[in-house]
Amino acid sequence: MAGLASPLRVCRGILKELRAMQGPSYKRSLAYSYVMDQFRKNKVTGERYCRAQQEALHASHTYLCLLASTRSHQALHNLYHAKGECSTEEAAGLVGLRLPTQPGGKGWEK
Amino acid sequence: MFRRVFQLRNSFGNVISVCKSCPSHQYSKCLSKYSTASTERKRFYQDVSISQGDDGLYEINLDRRKLKTPGGKLFTVPNEALAIAVATEWDAQRGTLKFYTMHLTTLCNTALDNPTQRNKEQMINSALKFLETDTICYRVEDPPGLVDLQKNEWDPVLHWIENRYNVTIGSSSSILGPEIPQATKETFRQHLNSYSLWSLTGLEFVISQLKSILLSLGMVDRYLTVEQAVLLSRLEEEYQISHWGNVEWAHDYDMYELRARTAAGALFIQLSSENLTVKHKIMQD
Repeated sequence: MAGLASPLRVCRGILKELRAMQGPSYKRSLAYSYVMDQFRKNKVTGERYCRAQQEALHASHTYLCLLASTRSHQALHNLYHAKGECSTEEAAGLVGLRLPTQPGGKGWEK
Repeated sequence: MFRRVFQLRNSFGNVISVCKSCPSHQYSKCLSKYSTASTERKRFYQDVSISQGDDGLYEINLDRRKLKTPGGKLFTVPNEALAIAVATEWDAQRGTLKFYTMHLTTLCNTALDNPTQRNKEQMINSALKFLETDTICYRVEDPPGLVDLQKNEWDPVLHWIENRYNVTIGSSSSILGPEIPQATKETFRQHLNSYSLWSLTGLEFVISQLKSILLSLGMVDRYLTVEQAVLLSRLEEEYQISHWGNVEWAHDYDMYELRARTAAGALFIQLSSENLTVKHKIMQD
């Protein structure tokens, strides 16, 4: 049932995530050389290394999912939850209200 | 003596006056200082590298210092792939350390420290408890669309598991859930017994995320991808989303978090149960 993407797509996906994570110097990182090495080694078939069918591909797919989801989750977290609980003014502003500025509330002067 | 009392009162008075002069916006600043959002540690290192110790275990180095677990032990992992994945997590931190994004590190820490001091049998028991209340065994009766969806999506997984382990599980729409035969539990207990303590830590984490031992095993056995397992685990929520619409800051946020956690757990199980030995062919002259 597991619909796995092709190894090339997974490899490129992982490299894209590493690049997004570490910037242009990602090619010098440990993960880059390890991932490239593993993909080259298992290029013909993973079974050469006594692995179950598609074991290496499944693992790489899982790693890609981990990196991509962590990045998306982090982005959403920064967008919506990073500032902590919003203040009373902000909460009121969300629904188009303002807090009363006068001690007696709105229309106090009249 | 009097002077001391006077000093005391003076300092006490100071404290009060500071409080009085603290307007509301400063008060909220004080609050935010102690909220979780700003208590993150700064990234205190530049380089992350790994090294292999004498016992063959891999360690993580932050600059020149070795990484330790919260329990004070040396942070060691059994293979290179896991070490690199953990090192990448530490290297990915920008500005402050965000531990809630470092799932593999967290799992390794749990496995190394074992903070709840449980043995293998207790972990297997707690994992098997999920079998009685497994997500994909509980069916609804009411909205016909959801009934069909659960039948079409969950049944293939259930049947696959039943064939793979040669057990009977079944599904139910009663509140008591399906009647799980004792033989089924024994089969799963024996299967889980073949896991190492590290793999069990990962498996238990995945089970508690997906709320389903069957989906977790389906994923570990490579029948499901992480995305599929997460989708099946959130099936009712997805149905509601298709009906009422998607809210990014709640639904997507939860889904990505669940995916990240599940993927970390699955990878952790695979990497910690993998044992790489290289045997070279002997060249013949």
